[in-house]
Amino acid sequence: MKRRTFLKAGLATGATAVAVNAGILAPNTVLAAWNEKAFATKTVDDGMTAVFGATNAADSADVKLKAPSIAENGAVVPVEVDASAMKGVESIAVFAVKNPVPLACTAKFSGAGVGFTSVRLKMGETQDVVAVVKAGGKLYKAKSEVKVTIGGCGG
Amino acid sequence: MADISFRLKAENKGDAFEIKALFKHPMETGTRKNKATGEVYPADFINEVTAKVNGAPAMVAEWSGAVSQNPFLAFRVTGKAGDKVEVSCTSNKGDAGTQTVDLA
Repeated sequence: MKRRTFLKAGLATGATAVAVNAGILAPNTVLAAWNEKAFATKTVDDGMTAVFGATNAADSADVKLKAPSIAENGAVVPVEVDASAMKGVESIAVFAVKNPVPLACTAKFSGAGVGFTSVRLKMGETQDVVAVVKAGGKLYKAKSEVKVTIGGCGG
Repeated sequence: MADISFRLKAENKGDAFEIKALFKHPMETGTRKNKATGEVYPADFINEVTAKVNGAPAMVAEWSGAVSQNPFLAFRVTGKAGDKVEVSCTSNKGDAGTQTVDLA
């Protein structure tokens, strides 16, 4: 237990060496499906590469991103991505660009699943929310700014 | 390996059914500190939610610790009344929970 506490304290104070990352994420390796690599990325581009293998997303009006323009409480920011107007939606990823790990959540669809997801996110400060949708092998995105008046990361 | 409890509801939206799930979970990111002692609260968050319709996979959501405490998730599936939707979640610590709801 002491070792884990030490490693995490190191990460929190900014020591982001690869070895440290590998150390704290080790408990996740048993859950093979969770994209551990993507959820350790520090930028939107790295996150997109880890999830989709590309970063060239085109702006699209068919990606309907619903997020509040002013969030009074950054601990609970409702974000809804509706891509049901598009055909062949494979997956959706939501990024909060200034969070320590911008990639907040992903959703993959198959069978009866429809390209729609709605979650509530934590945001520490005012920032853009970016929704990226993969449909028919191509990437599309939409962006929305959320002004946060009270941060949600426990400061 | 504790159980994660959550509530599940299905709503007919016309062209699809919206499934709403409300989980009971602290969603600890692993970066938050106890201000008095400086100790870091260990990470404990739901990182995967899967949904099946009549046993066939429909949706897999992967989450980071950036999802709010007591998370809410809504997603949509096509189907007909009587179809069974099964939702399961697991946390980074291996805790898990499963619920089912009938489309109506």
